[in-house]
Formats: sequence, structure tokens, C-alpha cells
Amino acid sequence: MKHDIFEKRPMVLLIGILMVVSIGGLVEIAPLFFLSSTIEKVQGMRPYSPLELAGRDIYIREGCYNCHSQMIRSLRDEVERYGHYSLAAESMYDHPFQWGSKRTGPDLARVGGKYSDAWHVDHMRRPRDVVPESVMPGYPFLEKRKLDYSDMDKRLQALRIAGVPYTDEMIASAKADVVAQVSPDTDESKALLERYPKAQVRKFDGAGGDQPSELDAMIAYLQMLGTLVDFTKFDAAGPNLR
Amino acid sequence: MAEKEIDSVTGVETTGHVWDGDLKELNKPLPKWWLYTIYATIVWAIGYWILYPAWPLPGGGYTKGIWDYSQRAVVTQEVADAKAAQASYFKKIEETQLEDILKNEELLPFVMAGGAAVFGDNCGPCHGKGGAGSVGYPNLNDDDWLWGGTLEAIEYSITNGIRSGHPEARDMAMPRFGLDGLLKPQEIADTAQYVLSLSGGATDEAAAGRGKQLFADNCVACHGEDGKGNPAVGAPNLADSIWLYGSRLADVERSIVTGRGGVMPSWGGRLDPVTIKMLTAYVHSLGGGQ
Repeated sequence: MKHDIFEKRPMVLLIGILMVVSIGGLVEIAPLFFLSSTIEKVQGMRPYSPLELAGRDIYIREGCYNCHSQMIRSLRDEVERYGHYSLAAESMYDHPFQWGSKRTGPDLARVGGKYSDAWHVDHMRRPRDVVPESVMPGYPFLEKRKLDYSDMDKRLQALRIAGVPYTDEMIASAKADVVAQVSPDTDESKALLERYPKAQVRKFDGAGGDQPSELDAMIAYLQMLGTLVDFTKFDAAGPNLR
Repeated sequence: MAEKEIDSVTGVETTGHVWDGDLKELNKPLPKWWLYTIYATIVWAIGYWILYPAWPLPGGGYTKGIWDYSQRAVVTQEVADAKAAQASYFKKIEETQLEDILKNEELLPFVMAGGAAVFGDNCGPCHGKGGAGSVGYPNLNDDDWLWGGTLEAIEYSITNGIRSGHPEARDMAMPRFGLDGLLKPQEIADTAQYVLSLSGGATDEAAAGRGKQLFADNCVACHGEDGKGNPAVGAPNLADSIWLYGSRLADVERSIVTGRGGVMPSWGGRLDPVTIKMLTAYVHSLGGGQ
């Protein structure tokens, strides 16, 4: 008759349920934040540059994750096709992560540098021009739309709250850095490269002018995916490999 | 607890709980098969804890389990095993000159199959599944080569890329005659007519005549006096009917205005040298190898 106390007092029952359920979370989830092998750090990771971040936001806005994953699983066929399996640390600045769970199109975790900018331009405009069997919809409007980066500093700030180590300097120069990344050989772009090593600076969409389009942001994002960690130097026998 | 009470209507024992004076609950325990199933899963879980990595330990470690399983170790091993299975071929390919691979009946099927597989994923998106290319992406089936169609030239292009940013990349680029104001629009139109006339495609003979001198002043350094191009600098042959960016007057004019300059990534870091060798032999075999 001991459970009388739960059966007759809803609030006590509620608290009891919460306590039991939270045991699952405490045992299964909380330790992951403290295991050295799940919070492995790797060299080369840095927060997204503002232009890349804008591209990422468009990637999410257009729902690319519905058909493209960004996680190369540790299976032989995936490693041979897409490259080194993805590391947890490669998503450390992703809020939210774009791992995805469905592949209508290929995995994009290491698509950076695989194709030329011009290919991405053609492919976004009319995918079947370059890949006849593709079922991807075209995104021809991206190159026509000017990128709205008026709130870029706020986007960086929001991510800082979520734990991305953007500095005050990065936030202050966020809007200027968007333009700097499509303006090669300028002092601004050199400063950008110091803030965001390995960032690629060029006019990605091949169009004239110095104002970035949404396509610039998108291609800047795609071309950096998976390029930050140098796997020739990565120690595959890291903490997870015993 | 009171005496066991049997419900008079169903003949089933009650739990003894009473609500509102007369509301009672029948005691219906879980079916036995269900109960034993959950006991079995609990036993299974304990076995799992013993065999596989399971419990976090203080200090950042975890129990490794008797089998010491690691997905990373498994995939590393699988890739290594696959490499080992192909090692004899890979070693021979590495040691054999490209010219000799094409004559080697033992290696050739392996090289062609490997080359085709790598081509499909890495090259197909631009050059097409069968290497037929499209506007802006060279056709690899014909014998018209921008940067040379010898085995060495193909291998170099694949390894280092074209305008890829790689330090060894093939880097020559055509000037942007229009965008940089090197030629006036009328001059560009005349030059384009002359270029078309080289393959008998001019639509305005007078303009083509005016373009001859402009061509001699601006274009021959790379494309040659006869417009037949120069693979050393990636200058295409303008005297044939193969057009990378289209054969209409507007296409040629646009090429002169923007300078074009397609980009091919360098594959040296992505693909290993033996794979690139297989790919080279495959591309060479598509129809136009020199």
C-alpha cells in the first residue's frame, strides 16, 4: 500500500516521474560531457567566418539538410568515397549541427574544394546542366539576391552565448568581414584571414561588383566544409582509438 | 493488508485498493512471457556491459569491455585490409611507368575499373559520367586538349589542378579584354568574328577582316598565328569546331570580355598517387589520349 502516496497525490506522482526519468539523462547523457574521448579537440577548427556563417544560415533556410547529410560515418564504403570519417570536433561550432539522417543527395561533410566555384554556380542555377540524373531542385534565385548581412554582428553574438568563441573584435568587424571575404588582395581581407585562418577569399559567384550575393555566401560555406582539419597531421590513434 | 478479495462478477482477485468507497481494481499481473522478456533484456544488458565499452569512469575514462571494441579501430582495420588485398596491384602500378601500364594486360583491367570508379564520384559531376563534358567543362572523349593529352600532361593536370590555388597548378589565364578595358566593344566584336572565321563560322566577313590585325596584336602570343592554340599555356585551338563555351558570336565575345578561365581542383591531396595514376590511364583511354 506504499504507493498510495503516489496514486492519490498527482503532484507527488509528477515529481516522482521526473526523478525517475532524470536518472536516465544523468547516467546516459551527462557523462558524455566529461569523457575525454567524446570531447576530443583537434587542430585547425575555428568558428565560421561571417560570410560562411551567412551561407550556413541559407543552407538551413533552404532545407538542404533534408537531402544532404554532413557526417561521414566510420564505415569503409563511406571513408573510401567521402574521405576521413567525421570527427565530433568538426561540428563543435555548429548550432545546430547539420549531420542529417537522410541522404537523397551525397554527404557534404568534405565537399569543400572538391568542385570549382563555377561548377557550384552552374549547379545551383540548374543542377541538371552538370549532373543530368540529379533530382535536386535549382536555386537560381540565390545569385540574384543580395546577401542581407545587416544583423551579422548579432548572429555572432547569439552564437557566442551558445558557446562559440567569437571575440569582441570578430563581432565588431562581422559586417565588414562579409564584404572582405569577397574582396581579394585588400587589407580588410588580410585582417579577415588573421581572424579566420584558412578562410578562402574570392568572389565566389563569379559576378562583378563587391557586394556579396546569397550565392557567394552559400559557395563560401560549401567550399570550406571539411577543409579545416589537416588529416595528414591528424593523429587517428587519438583517444578514441586504443 | 486485508484478506484476498475475489471480485464476484469476474472472479478475479482485487488489489485491495478502494476509491470513493466502492471502486476497486482487479489485480491483473503482467503476462509471464512479457515479464521473462524484460528479465532477459536485463541479463543481456549486463552481458553487453562486460563485453563492450559501457560505463563512464571518474576522470574521463570509461570501461573498455572484454572485446575492447572501437568503431574507429574497426574502420581503420577494414580500410587497411582492403588496401592489403589490393596491395600487389597497387605496388605494381606504382612501379610501372604509365606507358607500360597501358600495355600490361594483367594490370589494365584493374586500372580501368579503379579509374572508372574514382572518375564517377570525383570527376563526373563536372566532366560528365562518361567524360563528355558540357558547356564550360571540357569533353575528355575527344582529342582536343587544353593542357595536353599525353599521359604525363593528364597526370599533372589531375594532381595539381588548373587555376586551383595549388602552388604547382596550371595557372595561365586569358586576360579579361572587356572587363579590364583592354579592347573596346567594337574591337571585341571584330576579333570574335575573326576567331569564328578560323573555323569557317564568321557571320560578318568585313568585321572578321578588321579583326585579323586585332587578333595578331592581342591573341597570337598564346593561341598562335594560325589560332591553333598552345597546350603549354592552356590556350585552346580556335581553328577547329570544338567550343568549350559555345560557338555563337555572343559566346565568343563573352569569352574575350571575361577571359573565362575554368578552375579544376587539385586532386593531389585528396587522392593518392596510385589512384591518380589509374585515373590518368582511364582518362587517357576515354578516346583522346595522345
